[in-house]
Amino acid sequence: MARLIFTRLLAAIPVMLVVATFVFLLLRLSPGDPAIVIAGEHASQQQIESVRMALGLDQSLVVQYVLWMSQMASGDFGNSVLSRQPVLSLIADRLEPTLVLATVTIILTVLLAVPMGAIAAWNRDGWRDRVVMTFAVIGFSVPSFVIGYTLVLLLAINAKLLPVQGYVSPFADPWGSLRHVILPAITLSIVFMALISRVTRASILEILGEDFIRTARAKGGHEKRILWKHALPNAAVSIVTVIGLGIATLISGVVVTESVFNIPGLGRLTIDAIQGRDYPVVQGLILVFSFVYVLINLTIDIIYLIVDPRIRY
Amino acid sequence: MMALVMLGLVIGSAILASWISSADPLSISPRFRYRLPSSEFLFGSDQFGRDIFSRVLHGGQISLMVGFLSAVLAAFFGTLAGLLAGSFRLIDQILMRVMDGLMAIPNVLLAVAIVSLVGPSLVSIVVAICIPEIPRVARLIRAMVLTLREEPYVFAAVSMSIPRWKILLRHVLPGCVAPLVVQFSYMFASAILSEAVLGFLGVGFPSEIPSWGNVIAEGRTAFQRAPWCILFPGIFLSITVLTVNILGDRLRDLLDPRISASRAR
Repeated sequence: MARLIFTRLLAAIPVMLVVATFVFLLLRLSPGDPAIVIAGEHASQQQIESVRMALGLDQSLVVQYVLWMSQMASGDFGNSVLSRQPVLSLIADRLEPTLVLATVTIILTVLLAVPMGAIAAWNRDGWRDRVVMTFAVIGFSVPSFVIGYTLVLLLAINAKLLPVQGYVSPFADPWGSLRHVILPAITLSIVFMALISRVTRASILEILGEDFIRTARAKGGHEKRILWKHALPNAAVSIVTVIGLGIATLISGVVVTESVFNIPGLGRLTIDAIQGRDYPVVQGLILVFSFVYVLINLTIDIIYLIVDPRIRY
Repeated sequence: MMALVMLGLVIGSAILASWISSADPLSISPRFRYRLPSSEFLFGSDQFGRDIFSRVLHGGQISLMVGFLSAVLAAFFGTLAGLLAGSFRLIDQILMRVMDGLMAIPNVLLAVAIVSLVGPSLVSIVVAICIPEIPRVARLIRAMVLTLREEPYVFAAVSMSIPRWKILLRHVLPGCVAPLVVQFSYMFASAILSEAVLGFLGVGFPSEIPSWGNVIAEGRTAFQRAPWCILFPGIFLSITVLTVNILGDRLRDLLDPRISASRAR
Protein backbone atom coordinates (compact mmCIF):
# COMPACT_ATOMS: atom_id res chain seq x y z
CA MET A 1 0.00 0.00 0.00
CA ALA A 2 2.67 2.49 1.06
CA ARG A 3 4.61 1.60 -2.08
CA LEU A 4 1.58 2.20 -4.30
CA ILE A 5 0.97 5.59 -2.75
CA PHE A 6 4.63 6.43 -3.18
CA THR A 7 4.55 5.50 -6.90
CA ARG A 8 1.48 7.68 -7.34
CA LEU A 9 3.27 10.59 -5.69
CA LEU A 10 6.29 10.08 -7.94
CA ALA A 11 4.08 10.10 -11.04
CA ALA A 12 2.86 13.60 -10.19
CA ILE A 13 6.39 15.03 -10.33
CA PRO A 14 6.93 14.78 -14.11
CA VAL A 15 3.54 16.42 -14.69
CA MET A 16 4.55 19.44 -12.62
CA LEU A 17 7.96 19.50 -14.32
CA VAL A 18 6.25 19.63 -17.72
CA VAL A 19 3.97 22.44 -16.55
CA ALA A 20 6.92 24.44 -15.18
CA THR A 21 8.93 23.87 -18.37
CA PHE A 22 5.99 24.90 -20.51
CA VAL A 23 5.43 28.08 -18.53
CA PHE A 24 9.16 28.82 -18.82
CA LEU A 25 9.15 28.29 -22.59
CA LEU A 26 5.95 30.26 -23.11
CA LEU A 27 7.63 33.59 -22.40
CA ARG A 28 11.03 32.71 -23.89
CA LEU A 29 9.81 31.25 -27.16
CA SER A 30 7.20 33.90 -27.89
CA PRO A 31 8.20 36.14 -30.77
CA GLY A 32 9.90 39.35 -29.79
CA ASP A 33 12.07 40.27 -26.85
CA PRO A 34 10.45 39.02 -23.61
CA ALA A 35 11.94 42.00 -21.74
CA ILE A 36 10.08 44.38 -24.07
CA VAL A 37 6.93 42.26 -23.80
CA ILE A 38 7.04 42.58 -20.03
CA ALA A 39 8.16 46.20 -19.80
CA GLY A 40 5.60 47.26 -22.40
CA GLU A 41 6.02 48.75 -25.86
CA HIS A 42 6.36 52.30 -24.56
CA ALA A 43 9.05 51.54 -21.98
CA SER A 44 12.37 53.33 -22.12
CA GLN A 45 15.57 51.46 -22.93
CA GLN A 46 16.59 51.74 -19.29
CA GLN A 47 13.32 50.20 -18.06
CA ILE A 48 13.70 47.35 -20.53
CA GLU A 49 17.24 46.69 -19.35
CA SER A 50 16.19 46.67 -15.71
CA VAL A 51 13.46 44.12 -16.48
CA ARG A 52 16.00 42.04 -18.36
CA MET A 53 18.35 42.09 -15.40
CA ALA A 54 15.62 41.46 -12.83
CA LEU A 55 14.34 38.37 -14.62
CA GLY A 56 17.77 37.10 -15.61
CA LEU A 57 16.84 37.31 -19.28
CA ASP A 58 20.39 38.38 -20.19
CA GLN A 59 21.75 34.91 -19.48
CA SER A 60 21.75 31.88 -21.75
CA LEU A 61 18.57 29.82 -22.05
CA VAL A 62 20.08 26.86 -20.19
CA VAL A 63 21.22 29.02 -17.26
CA GLN A 64 17.79 30.68 -17.20
CA TYR A 65 16.10 27.29 -17.16
CA VAL A 66 18.19 25.93 -14.29
CA LEU A 67 17.66 29.16 -12.38
CA TRP A 68 13.90 29.08 -13.04
CA MET A 69 13.53 25.46 -11.98
CA SER A 70 15.48 25.95 -8.77
CA GLN A 71 13.43 29.05 -7.94
CA MET A 72 10.18 27.20 -8.58
CA ALA A 73 11.34 24.24 -6.50
CA SER A 74 12.06 26.52 -3.57
CA GLY A 75 8.65 28.19 -3.95
CA ASP A 76 10.10 31.51 -5.10
CA PHE A 77 7.79 32.76 -7.85
CA GLY A 78 9.47 36.16 -8.13
CA ASN A 79 7.94 39.60 -7.75
CA SER A 80 5.12 41.30 -9.57
CA VAL A 81 6.32 43.76 -12.20
CA LEU A 82 3.53 46.19 -11.35
CA SER A 83 3.24 46.13 -7.58
CA ARG A 84 6.72 44.78 -6.78
CA GLN A 85 5.13 42.45 -4.21
CA PRO A 86 6.07 38.76 -4.11
CA VAL A 87 3.79 36.82 -6.48
CA LEU A 88 2.89 34.24 -3.86
CA SER A 89 1.66 36.83 -1.37
CA LEU A 90 -0.43 38.48 -4.10
CA ILE A 91 -1.97 35.10 -4.81
CA ALA A 92 -2.53 34.42 -1.10
CA ASP A 93 -4.35 37.76 -0.74
CA ARG A 94 -6.84 36.85 -3.45
CA LEU A 95 -7.32 33.22 -2.46
CA GLU A 96 -10.33 33.56 -0.17
CA PRO A 97 -13.04 34.72 -2.64
CA THR A 98 -12.05 32.02 -5.13
CA LEU A 99 -12.04 29.31 -2.46
CA VAL A 100 -15.46 30.39 -1.19
CA LEU A 101 -16.88 30.47 -4.74
CA ALA A 102 -15.36 27.10 -5.66
CA THR A 103 -16.51 25.41 -2.45
CA VAL A 104 -20.11 26.62 -2.76
CA THR A 105 -20.08 25.60 -6.44
CA ILE A 106 -18.82 22.09 -5.74
CA ILE A 107 -21.32 21.57 -2.89
CA LEU A 108 -24.18 22.83 -5.08
CA THR A 109 -23.08 20.65 -7.98
CA VAL A 110 -22.72 17.44 -6.01
CA LEU A 111 -26.00 17.96 -4.14
CA LEU A 112 -27.94 18.49 -7.37
CA ALA A 113 -26.10 16.75 -10.19
CA VAL A 114 -25.55 13.34 -8.58
CA PRO A 115 -29.25 12.78 -7.74
CA MET A 116 -30.16 14.16 -11.19
CA GLY A 117 -27.90 11.67 -12.92
CA ALA A 118 -29.10 8.82 -10.71
CA ILE A 119 -32.76 9.58 -11.39
CA ALA A 120 -32.06 9.87 -15.13
CA ALA A 121 -30.37 6.46 -15.17
CA TRP A 122 -33.14 4.89 -13.12
CA ASN A 123 -35.79 6.40 -15.40
CA ARG A 124 -33.85 5.57 -18.55
CA ASP A 125 -35.48 6.89 -21.75
CA GLY A 126 -38.36 8.21 -19.63
CA TRP A 127 -39.29 11.87 -19.36
CA ARG A 128 -37.06 12.50 -16.34
CA ASP A 129 -34.11 11.13 -18.27
CA ARG A 130 -34.92 13.39 -21.21
CA VAL A 131 -35.18 16.46 -18.96
CA VAL A 132 -31.83 15.78 -17.29
CA MET A 133 -30.04 14.99 -20.54
CA THR A 134 -31.48 18.07 -22.23
CA PHE A 135 -30.27 20.15 -19.31
CA ALA A 136 -26.84 18.51 -19.63
CA VAL A 137 -26.50 19.35 -23.32
CA ILE A 138 -27.68 22.92 -22.78
CA GLY A 139 -25.38 23.32 -19.78
CA PHE A 140 -22.43 22.34 -21.92
CA SER A 141 -23.35 24.71 -24.69
CA VAL A 142 -24.43 28.00 -23.15
CA PRO A 143 -21.34 29.98 -22.19
CA SER A 144 -21.12 30.81 -18.50
CA PHE A 145 -21.08 34.56 -19.09
CA VAL A 146 -24.39 34.35 -20.94
CA ILE A 147 -25.86 32.37 -18.03
CA GLY A 148 -24.34 34.84 -15.57
CA TYR A 149 -25.69 37.95 -17.26
CA THR A 150 -29.11 36.39 -17.75
CA LEU A 151 -29.30 35.52 -14.05
CA VAL A 152 -28.17 39.02 -13.09
CA LEU A 153 -30.75 40.57 -15.38
CA LEU A 154 -33.61 38.41 -14.11
CA LEU A 155 -32.85 37.95 -10.42
CA ALA A 156 -30.70 40.93 -9.50
CA ILE A 157 -31.75 43.82 -11.73
CA ASN A 158 -35.41 43.07 -12.46
CA ALA A 159 -36.50 41.11 -9.41
CA LYS A 160 -33.96 42.80 -7.10
CA LEU A 161 -33.66 39.59 -5.08
CA LEU A 162 -29.88 39.38 -4.99
CA PRO A 163 -26.94 41.76 -5.34
CA VAL A 164 -25.71 42.39 -8.91
CA GLN A 165 -22.03 41.86 -8.23
CA GLY A 166 -19.24 42.05 -5.68
CA TYR A 167 -17.94 39.93 -2.86
CA VAL A 168 -18.41 39.88 0.92
CA SER A 169 -16.22 37.73 3.14
CA PRO A 170 -18.12 35.00 5.03
CA PHE A 171 -16.03 35.84 8.10
CA ALA A 172 -17.30 39.43 8.13
CA ASP A 173 -20.94 38.84 7.17
CA PRO A 174 -22.01 35.21 6.57
CA TRP A 175 -25.52 36.07 5.31
CA GLY A 176 -24.35 38.84 3.00
CA SER A 177 -21.59 36.60 1.75
CA LEU A 178 -24.05 33.86 0.85
CA ARG A 179 -26.29 36.36 -0.94
CA HIS A 180 -23.34 37.58 -2.98
CA VAL A 181 -21.95 34.17 -3.80
CA ILE A 182 -25.16 32.43 -4.81
CA LEU A 183 -25.51 33.81 -8.37
CA PRO A 184 -21.85 33.32 -9.31
CA ALA A 185 -21.97 29.82 -7.84
CA ILE A 186 -25.06 28.90 -9.87
CA THR A 187 -23.44 30.36 -12.99
CA LEU A 188 -20.25 28.39 -12.42
CA SER A 189 -22.02 25.18 -11.44
CA ILE A 190 -24.22 24.81 -14.54
CA VAL A 191 -21.47 23.46 -16.81
CA PHE A 192 -20.08 21.40 -13.93
CA MET A 193 -23.54 19.96 -13.20
CA ALA A 194 -23.94 19.07 -16.87
CA LEU A 195 -20.69 17.12 -16.71
CA ILE A 196 -21.37 15.36 -13.40
CA SER A 197 -24.98 14.43 -14.13
CA ARG A 198 -23.95 12.89 -17.44
CA VAL A 199 -21.21 10.83 -15.89
CA THR A 200 -23.39 9.79 -12.95
CA ARG A 201 -26.06 8.60 -15.36
CA ALA A 202 -23.60 6.69 -17.53
CA SER A 203 -21.82 4.95 -14.67
CA ILE A 204 -25.03 4.02 -12.86
CA LEU A 205 -26.43 2.59 -16.10
CA GLU A 206 -23.32 0.48 -16.38
CA ILE A 207 -23.60 -0.74 -12.78
CA LEU A 208 -27.31 -1.48 -13.12
CA GLY A 209 -26.35 -4.13 -15.67
CA GLU A 210 -24.06 -5.96 -13.23
CA ASP A 211 -24.76 -9.35 -11.68
CA PHE A 212 -24.99 -8.14 -8.08
CA ILE A 213 -27.82 -5.77 -9.03
CA ARG A 214 -29.69 -8.70 -10.54
CA THR A 215 -29.05 -10.63 -7.33
CA ALA A 216 -30.41 -7.75 -5.29
CA ARG A 217 -33.50 -7.65 -7.50
CA ALA A 218 -33.88 -11.42 -7.27
CA LYS A 219 -33.83 -11.13 -3.49
CA GLY A 220 -36.80 -8.84 -3.87
CA GLY A 221 -34.89 -5.67 -2.96
CA HIS A 222 -36.81 -2.45 -3.31
CA GLU A 223 -35.90 -0.58 -6.55
CA LYS A 224 -35.14 2.67 -4.73
CA ARG A 225 -32.93 0.89 -2.25
CA ILE A 226 -31.08 -0.84 -5.08
CA LEU A 227 -30.45 2.51 -6.76
CA TRP A 228 -29.24 4.44 -3.71
CA LYS A 229 -27.63 1.64 -1.67
CA HIS A 230 -26.16 -0.63 -4.32
CA ALA A 231 -25.73 1.25 -7.57
CA LEU A 232 -24.74 4.73 -6.42
CA PRO A 233 -21.92 3.76 -4.01
CA ASN A 234 -20.38 1.58 -6.72
CA ALA A 235 -20.65 4.36 -9.27
CA ALA A 236 -19.03 6.78 -6.82
CA VAL A 237 -15.50 6.01 -8.00
CA SER A 238 -16.07 7.27 -11.53
CA ILE A 239 -18.19 10.18 -10.33
CA VAL A 240 -15.52 11.42 -7.92
CA THR A 241 -12.84 10.93 -10.59
CA VAL A 242 -14.76 13.19 -12.95
CA ILE A 243 -15.28 15.76 -10.21
CA GLY A 244 -11.50 15.79 -9.82
CA LEU A 245 -10.85 16.09 -13.55
CA GLY A 246 -13.58 18.71 -13.78
CA ILE A 247 -11.57 20.98 -11.47
CA ALA A 248 -9.76 22.19 -14.62
CA THR A 249 -13.09 23.26 -16.15
CA LEU A 250 -14.00 24.84 -12.84
CA ILE A 251 -10.78 26.88 -12.76
CA SER A 252 -11.35 28.13 -16.31
CA GLY A 253 -14.91 28.99 -15.31
CA VAL A 254 -13.69 30.87 -12.23
CA VAL A 255 -11.75 33.28 -14.44
CA VAL A 256 -14.87 34.12 -16.44
CA THR A 257 -17.34 34.13 -13.56
CA GLU A 258 -15.22 36.37 -11.35
CA SER A 259 -15.00 38.73 -14.26
CA VAL A 260 -18.80 38.81 -14.75
CA PHE A 261 -19.54 39.32 -11.05
CA ASN A 262 -16.55 41.49 -10.26
CA ILE A 263 -15.24 39.20 -7.53
CA PRO A 264 -11.70 40.06 -6.39
CA GLY A 265 -10.38 36.50 -6.50
CA LEU A 266 -7.67 34.65 -8.40
CA GLY A 267 -9.62 34.81 -11.66
CA ARG A 268 -9.72 38.60 -11.55
CA LEU A 269 -6.06 38.62 -10.56
CA THR A 270 -5.33 36.59 -13.70
CA ILE A 271 -7.16 39.01 -15.98
CA ASP A 272 -5.67 42.05 -14.27
CA ALA A 273 -2.19 40.54 -14.56
CA ILE A 274 -2.70 39.72 -18.25
CA GLN A 275 -4.00 43.18 -19.04
CA GLY A 276 -1.17 44.77 -17.05
CA ARG A 277 1.36 42.47 -18.78
CA ASP A 278 2.49 41.33 -15.34
CA TYR A 279 4.02 38.04 -16.49
CA PRO A 280 5.60 36.87 -13.24
CA VAL A 281 2.08 36.92 -11.76
CA VAL A 282 0.59 35.16 -14.81
CA GLN A 283 3.26 32.46 -14.61
CA GLY A 284 2.73 32.07 -10.87
CA LEU A 285 -1.02 31.73 -11.34
CA ILE A 286 -0.71 29.09 -14.06
CA LEU A 287 1.67 27.12 -11.84
CA VAL A 288 -0.50 27.42 -8.74
CA PHE A 289 -3.72 26.48 -10.60
CA SER A 290 -2.04 23.49 -12.25
CA PHE A 291 -0.50 22.44 -8.95
CA VAL A 292 -3.91 22.56 -7.25
CA TYR A 293 -5.38 20.48 -10.08
CA VAL A 294 -2.64 17.84 -9.86
CA LEU A 295 -2.82 17.80 -6.06
CA ILE A 296 -6.60 17.31 -5.96
CA ASN A 297 -6.46 14.47 -8.46
CA LEU A 298 -3.53 12.90 -6.63
CA THR A 299 -5.47 13.03 -3.37
CA ILE A 300 -8.50 11.42 -5.00
CA ASP A 301 -6.32 8.62 -6.43
CA ILE A 302 -4.70 7.97 -3.07
CA ILE A 303 -8.03 7.92 -1.25
CA TYR A 304 -9.21 5.29 -3.75
CA LEU A 305 -6.16 3.18 -3.09
CA ILE A 306 -7.01 3.21 0.59
CA VAL A 307 -10.79 2.89 0.34
CA ASP A 308 -11.24 0.53 -2.61
CA PRO A 309 -9.04 -2.58 -2.49
CA ARG A 310 -9.89 -3.47 -6.11
CA ILE A 311 -8.02 -0.48 -7.52
CA ARG A 312 -4.37 -0.96 -8.39
CA TYR A 313 -2.51 1.50 -10.57
CA MET B 1 -32.48 16.78 -37.93
CA MET B 2 -33.70 19.94 -36.25
CA ALA B 3 -30.13 20.55 -35.07
CA LEU B 4 -28.77 20.11 -38.57
CA VAL B 5 -31.23 22.65 -39.98
CA MET B 6 -30.40 25.14 -37.21
CA LEU B 7 -26.68 24.76 -37.77
CA GLY B 8 -27.22 25.14 -41.50
CA LEU B 9 -29.13 28.37 -40.87
CA VAL B 10 -26.37 29.76 -38.65
CA ILE B 11 -23.61 28.85 -41.10
CA GLY B 12 -25.68 30.12 -44.04
CA SER B 13 -26.44 33.41 -42.32
CA ALA B 14 -22.75 33.87 -41.55
CA ILE B 15 -21.68 33.17 -45.13
CA LEU B 16 -24.39 35.38 -46.60
CA ALA B 17 -24.02 38.08 -43.92
CA SER B 18 -23.35 40.88 -46.41
CA TRP B 19 -26.43 40.01 -48.45
CA ILE B 20 -28.80 39.48 -45.52
CA SER B 21 -27.93 42.63 -43.65
CA SER B 22 -27.16 45.72 -45.66
CA ALA B 23 -25.87 47.55 -42.60
CA ASP B 24 -22.11 47.87 -42.25
CA PRO B 25 -21.09 46.06 -39.02
CA LEU B 26 -18.41 48.69 -38.41
CA SER B 27 -20.16 51.95 -39.30
CA ILE B 28 -20.43 54.20 -36.28
CA SER B 29 -23.36 56.59 -35.99
CA PRO B 30 -23.68 58.25 -32.57
CA ARG B 31 -27.18 59.40 -33.52
CA PHE B 32 -28.45 55.82 -33.28
CA ARG B 33 -26.87 54.80 -29.96
CA TYR B 34 -28.65 52.17 -27.86
CA ARG B 35 -31.61 51.71 -30.15
CA LEU B 36 -34.07 49.08 -29.00
CA PRO B 37 -34.59 46.13 -31.34
CA SER B 38 -36.93 47.36 -34.08
CA SER B 39 -37.54 46.88 -37.79
CA GLU B 40 -34.66 49.25 -38.52
CA PHE B 41 -32.25 47.63 -36.04
CA LEU B 42 -33.44 44.05 -35.82
CA PHE B 43 -31.27 43.27 -32.77
CA GLY B 44 -30.91 46.89 -31.60
CA SER B 45 -27.74 48.96 -31.72
CA ASP B 46 -24.74 49.32 -29.41
CA GLN B 47 -23.04 52.25 -27.70
CA PHE B 48 -21.53 53.40 -31.01
CA GLY B 49 -24.79 53.05 -32.92
CA ARG B 50 -23.57 49.96 -34.74
CA ASP B 51 -26.16 47.47 -35.95
CA ILE B 52 -26.03 44.41 -33.65
CA PHE B 53 -27.79 42.19 -36.21
CA SER B 54 -25.15 42.86 -38.80
CA ARG B 55 -22.36 42.48 -36.22
CA VAL B 56 -23.73 39.13 -35.08
CA LEU B 57 -23.99 37.80 -38.65
CA HIS B 58 -20.53 39.01 -39.60
CA GLY B 59 -19.21 37.84 -36.24
CA GLY B 60 -20.42 34.37 -37.14
CA GLN B 61 -17.93 34.25 -40.01
CA ILE B 62 -14.98 34.83 -37.67
CA SER B 63 -16.25 32.67 -34.81
CA LEU B 64 -17.14 29.69 -37.01
CA MET B 65 -13.87 29.94 -38.88
CA VAL B 66 -11.81 30.08 -35.68
CA GLY B 67 -13.74 27.14 -34.26
CA PHE B 68 -13.34 25.07 -37.40
CA LEU B 69 -9.65 25.80 -37.91
CA SER B 70 -8.81 25.14 -34.25
CA ALA B 71 -10.64 21.82 -34.32
CA VAL B 72 -8.92 20.79 -37.57
CA LEU B 73 -5.47 21.65 -36.22
CA ALA B 74 -6.09 19.96 -32.87
CA ALA B 75 -7.41 16.85 -34.64
CA PHE B 76 -4.38 16.72 -36.93
CA PHE B 77 -1.69 17.16 -34.28
CA GLY B 78 -3.55 15.10 -31.72
CA THR B 79 -3.92 12.23 -34.18
CA LEU B 80 -0.25 12.44 -35.09
CA ALA B 81 0.78 12.38 -31.42
CA GLY B 82 -1.68 9.59 -30.62
CA LEU B 83 -0.49 7.40 -33.52
CA LEU B 84 3.15 7.87 -32.54
CA ALA B 85 2.50 7.28 -28.85
CA GLY B 86 0.40 4.22 -29.57
CA SER B 87 3.06 2.57 -31.71
CA PHE B 88 6.43 3.46 -30.19
CA ARG B 89 7.00 2.79 -26.53
CA LEU B 90 9.77 5.34 -25.98
CA ILE B 91 7.86 8.15 -27.70
CA ASP B 92 4.80 7.11 -25.71
CA GLN B 93 6.58 7.66 -22.39
CA ILE B 94 7.79 11.15 -23.29
CA LEU B 95 4.79 12.35 -25.29
CA MET B 96 2.19 11.24 -22.79
CA ARG B 97 3.99 12.95 -19.89
CA VAL B 98 3.99 16.16 -21.94
CA MET B 99 0.27 15.68 -22.65
CA ASP B 100 -0.44 15.07 -18.94
CA GLY B 101 1.35 18.33 -18.16
CA LEU B 102 -0.60 20.24 -20.81
CA MET B 103 -3.86 18.84 -19.48
CA ALA B 104 -3.02 20.04 -15.98
CA ILE B 105 -3.06 23.67 -17.18
CA PRO B 106 -6.63 25.02 -17.25
CA ASN B 107 -7.35 25.63 -20.94
CA VAL B 108 -8.72 29.16 -20.69
CA LEU B 109 -5.65 30.20 -18.71
CA LEU B 110 -3.32 28.65 -21.26
CA ALA B 111 -5.11 30.22 -24.21
CA VAL B 112 -5.27 33.63 -22.55
CA ALA B 113 -1.55 33.49 -21.74
CA ILE B 114 -0.59 32.50 -25.30
CA VAL B 115 -2.70 35.20 -26.97
CA SER B 116 -1.52 37.91 -24.61
CA LEU B 117 2.12 37.01 -25.26
CA VAL B 118 1.95 36.67 -29.01
CA GLY B 119 -0.68 39.35 -29.60
CA PRO B 120 -4.18 38.78 -30.97
CA SER B 121 -4.38 37.64 -34.59
CA LEU B 122 -6.23 34.88 -36.41
CA VAL B 123 -3.18 32.59 -36.20
CA SER B 124 -2.41 33.18 -32.53
CA ILE B 125 -6.02 32.76 -31.45
CA VAL B 126 -6.45 29.54 -33.42
CA VAL B 127 -3.17 28.17 -32.02
CA ALA B 128 -4.06 29.23 -28.48
CA ILE B 129 -7.43 27.48 -28.69
CA CYS B 130 -6.08 24.35 -30.36
CA ILE B 131 -3.12 23.61 -28.04
CA PRO B 132 -5.22 22.71 -24.96
CA GLU B 133 -7.36 20.39 -27.12
CA ILE B 134 -4.44 18.37 -28.53
CA PRO B 135 -3.91 16.14 -25.45
CA ARG B 136 -7.53 15.01 -25.49
CA VAL B 137 -7.28 13.85 -29.12
CA ALA B 138 -3.87 12.30 -28.51
CA ARG B 139 -5.20 10.24 -25.61
CA LEU B 140 -8.22 9.10 -27.58
CA ILE B 141 -6.21 8.04 -30.64
CA ARG B 142 -3.53 6.39 -28.52
CA ALA B 143 -6.16 4.30 -26.73
CA MET B 144 -7.67 3.35 -30.10
CA VAL B 145 -4.27 2.35 -31.49
CA LEU B 146 -3.52 0.23 -28.42
CA THR B 147 -6.82 -1.62 -28.91
CA LEU B 148 -6.63 -1.92 -32.69
CA ARG B 149 -3.11 -3.31 -32.75
CA GLU B 150 -4.38 -6.42 -30.99
CA GLU B 151 -6.81 -7.08 -33.85
CA PRO B 152 -6.21 -10.19 -35.96
CA TYR B 153 -6.11 -8.21 -39.21
CA VAL B 154 -3.25 -6.13 -37.85
CA PHE B 155 -1.41 -9.33 -36.87
CA ALA B 156 -2.03 -10.58 -40.40
CA ALA B 157 -0.55 -7.40 -41.84
CA VAL B 158 2.47 -7.68 -39.54
CA SER B 159 3.00 -11.29 -40.53
CA MET B 160 3.05 -10.24 -44.17
CA SER B 161 5.90 -7.91 -43.18
CA ILE B 162 4.13 -4.78 -44.30
CA PRO B 163 6.13 -1.78 -43.05
CA ARG B 164 4.98 -0.31 -39.76
CA TRP B 165 4.01 3.11 -41.10
CA LYS B 166 1.91 1.51 -43.78
CA ILE B 167 0.06 -0.62 -41.23
CA LEU B 168 -0.54 2.48 -39.15
CA LEU B 169 -1.91 4.52 -42.03
CA ARG B 170 -3.81 1.80 -43.90
CA HIS B 171 -5.09 -0.45 -41.15
CA VAL B 172 -5.02 1.36 -37.83
CA LEU B 173 -5.89 4.94 -38.78
CA PRO B 174 -9.19 4.09 -40.53
CA GLY B 175 -10.34 2.44 -37.30
CA CYS B 176 -9.76 5.71 -35.46
CA VAL B 177 -11.89 7.80 -37.81
CA ALA B 178 -15.26 7.23 -36.14
CA PRO B 179 -14.27 8.36 -32.63
CA LEU B 180 -12.22 11.16 -34.17
CA VAL B 181 -15.23 12.53 -36.05
CA VAL B 182 -17.23 12.55 -32.82
CA GLN B 183 -14.38 14.22 -30.94
CA PHE B 184 -14.04 16.74 -33.77
CA SER B 185 -17.61 17.92 -33.37
CA TYR B 186 -17.14 18.39 -29.62
CA MET B 187 -13.90 20.27 -30.26
CA PHE B 188 -15.57 22.48 -32.83
CA ALA B 189 -18.22 23.40 -30.25
CA SER B 190 -15.72 24.00 -27.48
CA ALA B 191 -13.43 26.03 -29.77
CA ILE B 192 -16.30 28.39 -30.64
CA LEU B 193 -16.92 28.77 -26.91
CA SER B 194 -13.21 29.38 -26.25
CA GLU B 195 -13.07 32.13 -28.85
CA ALA B 196 -16.03 33.77 -27.18
CA VAL B 197 -14.38 33.47 -23.77
CA LEU B 198 -11.16 35.01 -25.08
CA GLY B 199 -13.13 37.87 -26.61
CA PHE B 200 -15.13 38.27 -23.42
CA LEU B 201 -11.97 38.48 -21.31
CA GLY B 202 -10.60 41.15 -23.62
CA VAL B 203 -7.80 39.15 -25.24
CA GLY B 204 -9.61 38.21 -28.45
CA PHE B 205 -9.76 39.96 -31.78
CA PRO B 206 -9.49 43.75 -31.89
CA SER B 207 -12.90 45.42 -32.08
CA GLU B 208 -12.65 46.23 -35.81
CA ILE B 209 -13.03 42.50 -36.41
CA PRO B 210 -16.43 41.52 -35.02
CA SER B 211 -16.63 38.04 -33.57
CA TRP B 212 -19.29 36.75 -31.20
CA GLY B 213 -16.76 36.98 -28.38
CA ASN B 214 -15.89 40.63 -28.74
CA VAL B 215 -19.40 41.74 -29.68
CA ILE B 216 -20.43 40.33 -26.29
CA ALA B 217 -17.36 41.81 -24.61
CA GLU B 218 -18.26 45.29 -25.89
CA GLY B 219 -21.84 44.85 -24.77
CA ARG B 220 -20.66 44.27 -21.19
CA THR B 221 -20.11 47.93 -20.36
CA ALA B 222 -23.64 48.82 -21.40
CA PHE B 223 -25.20 45.66 -20.04
CA GLN B 224 -27.65 47.25 -17.62
CA ARG B 225 -28.75 49.84 -20.14
CA ALA B 226 -28.84 47.75 -23.28
CA PRO B 227 -29.01 44.04 -22.47
CA TRP B 228 -29.71 43.21 -26.11
CA CYS B 229 -26.05 43.93 -26.93
CA ILE B 230 -25.17 40.72 -25.05
CA LEU B 231 -28.42 38.83 -25.42
CA PHE B 232 -28.52 38.38 -29.21
CA PRO B 233 -24.89 37.40 -29.82
CA GLY B 234 -25.22 35.19 -26.72
CA ILE B 235 -28.26 33.43 -28.18
CA PHE B 236 -26.53 32.90 -31.53
CA LEU B 237 -23.44 31.58 -29.82
CA SER B 238 -25.42 29.26 -27.56
CA ILE B 239 -27.58 27.88 -30.36
CA THR B 240 -24.56 27.16 -32.52
CA VAL B 241 -22.65 25.38 -29.76
CA LEU B 242 -25.80 23.54 -28.72
CA THR B 243 -26.55 22.24 -32.22
CA VAL B 244 -22.95 21.16 -32.77
CA ASN B 245 -22.98 19.31 -29.42
CA ILE B 246 -26.29 17.61 -30.25
CA LEU B 247 -24.92 16.56 -33.63
CA GLY B 248 -21.85 15.21 -31.84
CA ASP B 249 -24.06 13.11 -29.56
CA ARG B 250 -26.01 11.79 -32.55
CA LEU B 251 -22.81 10.94 -34.39
CA ARG B 252 -21.51 9.14 -31.33
CA ASP B 253 -24.68 7.07 -31.08
CA LEU B 254 -24.42 6.23 -34.77
CA LEU B 255 -20.70 5.55 -34.96
CA ASP B 256 -19.78 4.06 -31.60
CA PRO B 257 -20.80 0.41 -31.73
CA ARG B 258 -20.21 -0.06 -28.00
CA ILE B 259 -22.86 2.48 -27.10
CA SER B 260 -25.38 1.33 -29.69
CA ALA B 261 -24.83 -2.23 -28.43
CA SER B 262 -25.64 -1.17 -24.87
CA ARG B 263 -28.67 0.69 -26.22
CA ALA B 264 -29.95 -2.45 -27.88
CA ARG B 265 -29.50 -4.48 -24.74
